[in-house]
Amino acid sequence: MIRLSIPFRQALSRLSLPVLIAMAFGTMLLGKADALLAERARMALADLLTPIWAALHAPAMAVRDVVQEARELLYLRSENARLRKENERLHRWHAAALALEAENAMLRRQLAFLPEAAPAFHTARVVADGGGTYARAVLLSVGPNHAVRKGQVALDDRGLVGRVTEVGSRSARVLLLTDMNSRIPVALEGTRARAILAGTNGARPRLQHWPEGSAPREGERVVTSAEAAAFPAGLPVGVVHWTEAGVPEVELFSRLDRLDMVRLFDYGLSGILPPEAVARPEPRRRR
Amino acid sequence: MKGRPLPSPGLLRRADALARAAFPAGATAVLLVLATMPVGLPGAVPAIGLPCIFFWSVFRPAALPPPVVFGLGLLQDLLTAAPIGSGVLVLLLVHGLATHWRRFLARQSFLAVWLAYCGFAAGAAGLDWALHAVLGWQLPPVPPGLHQVALSAGLYPSIAFLLTRAHEAMRRAESAS
Repeated sequence: MIRLSIPFRQALSRLSLPVLIAMAFGTMLLGKADALLAERARMALADLLTPIWAALHAPAMAVRDVVQEARELLYLRSENARLRKENERLHRWHAAALALEAENAMLRRQLAFLPEAAPAFHTARVVADGGGTYARAVLLSVGPNHAVRKGQVALDDRGLVGRVTEVGSRSARVLLLTDMNSRIPVALEGTRARAILAGTNGARPRLQHWPEGSAPREGERVVTSAEAAAFPAGLPVGVVHWTEAGVPEVELFSRLDRLDMVRLFDYGLSGILPPEAVARPEPRRRR
Repeated sequence: MKGRPLPSPGLLRRADALARAAFPAGATAVLLVLATMPVGLPGAVPAIGLPCIFFWSVFRPAALPPPVVFGLGLLQDLLTAAPIGSGVLVLLLVHGLATHWRRFLARQSFLAVWLAYCGFAAGAAGLDWALHAVLGWQLPPVPPGLHQVALSAGLYPSIAFLLTRAHEAMRRAESAS
């Protein structure tokens, strides 16, 4: 170590904070100028920490289940009443669905219908919360020889969850539908009108930009639309609810606070990505 | 009156001193990584980083020199997908202000320090909001920022309790050796 005199050392220690603040500004500029570098740094850190997160997965799920149980106990009665009503409604739909299925099978036989191949998917486990104050994302743990690419669509067992925005060698980040920067083209099932589903960082994203005269109706089902080849069409998203303030929000089918496993579908579409994700070639594999 | 001569610095003692010096930064880093576990609390990572930095800056500034605060801010930014540098700036400013006022703050009661911390958390959230607005070119919504302040202020007592025990244990170990 270099022997420095004490006054000099004191001056250096007093100077370190302003110099580091200047370096913080420099880092901000660098982060904005070279988004690729920021993305690689984030995914390198996520790759490093993924084994630790995967190892701690079981205890973390236990803690989360306890928190969820506490929340559910608070709303036990109202939840019970709601579930009874939903159950009655679904019994009626069950009968209708069986009749429609029989009719569908008969019609397919008559037309010699060739069904299209189901798209391939990979399953990945959610290991960490990848968002912060103003971002909503989750981190997935994918195996070392994965085929996950940017722009792939993530669904859980009930509906759409989000899109893959960053990919590392062992992990991937999925931007959820509720994030501020998430814009998904959707269609209202009843009227086939196109709209945009915009996330607001809250629990329910809102609908924007529907055509004149076909305002979304309360309880209407929302699915993805194939606008601009950015998304596959027909994926279930949620149900419309109008708030008291007159804003149409969508109650999502997927349970974003209880994500455990997601399926990543590769429809071969990597068209419009969310604003902060910059399109780049395939991640370099290190053997 | 004659004082005790210092014990000779053997290997175990030096390792002990090294562990004591590295404990605050290491514990903060571990807490930040643990805060990303999906337990259902969105925005927990910055809400856990700020109390740790504040506590160590007020009560033991030698343990967290500015370069270490820079590193912890960078870790926080990379973990939360925030624009890189925003968390760094906020933590450095909090560290600077807390160190500047520590002679006054360290003598107050716990409630007074908690109140001062709430002020710091509000200021940090406001600065974070402004940085997100400038770096993202769009005005972020205000409610997540308020939620962040509330979460941070609420988590401060438990974190301060744990860190106080650690701080006192370190002081006892240092005065004994």
